[in-house]
Amino acid sequence: MTLVQALFYLMAFVALGSAVFVASTKNLVRSIFMFFITLMALAGLYVLALADFVAITQIVIYVGGILVLILFAFMLSGRENLNYISAIQNKFISIRKLPALLLAALFLIGLINVVVKMDTGNLEWVKISMEQKNDIQPTIEMTGNIGVNLMTHYLLPFEAVSILLMIALIGAAHLSRKEVAV
Amino acid sequence: MITITDFLLVGAGLFCIGIYMLVSKSNLIQILIGIELMLNAAILNLVAFGRYDRFNNGGQMFALFAIVLAAATTAVTLAIILNVYKRYRTIDPGKIDGLKD
Repeated sequence: MTLVQALFYLMAFVALGSAVFVASTKNLVRSIFMFFITLMALAGLYVLALADFVAITQIVIYVGGILVLILFAFMLSGRENLNYISAIQNKFISIRKLPALLLAALFLIGLINVVVKMDTGNLEWVKISMEQKNDIQPTIEMTGNIGVNLMTHYLLPFEAVSILLMIALIGAAHLSRKEVAV
Repeated sequence: MITITDFLLVGAGLFCIGIYMLVSKSNLIQILIGIELMLNAAILNLVAFGRYDRFNNGGQMFALFAIVLAAATTAVTLAIILNVYKRYRTIDPGKIDGLKD
């Protein structure tokens, strides 16, 4: 087992384990902070998939932006929902969660079936890309290529996403302002 | 060497945990975290397949767009959650059942 493989299994274990903890814990604050661990482990997985720029973006935007926003909303939305949550559910598996658990388990079985049957190593386009040396090697630096592609090949989606960000910014500011007394 | 299948399996697990949170939680913020988990599973799949596209960077580029879109949706969703809390004094989706007043 090489170092890369060991790191992959470590990251996958941390990501899945902390995600299960996020889903199962009663304490909302603790679940938000464990979600932080999940996002960090996912950034590690992106690095192992040779996408270092995406990993950095994940840390900057998800961990720095979204998580802080979620914490903010949690702090602002009162503390009585904390007591409420710990009062109603004590066990991870209780009878009112059984349908959700069943749904998730069935989905997992289906997804694993699809993934295993797909046999990704022998896909047609993957083989073609390997032949044409189109796969990313660990020694190549990708960030410059991403920047050039963003300004040439993907310029239209880039502009569209910037307009959408503008709309979301204005919309969020509009939604969260104080209501004018009528 | 790590194959794509390993990444896809991790993504499948995260996606199902996200579905479980989405269906079973009685708190809007935890439901939002479930949605974020599902989005992250999708981004992991994009990145894993993006390894075989060095010149166009299709997978990584759309992973970046997905991250940005997730940020935008989260901002709007949290603004909506705060408004709901202001009006109903609760963020349990089972108790929010009036259209106006």
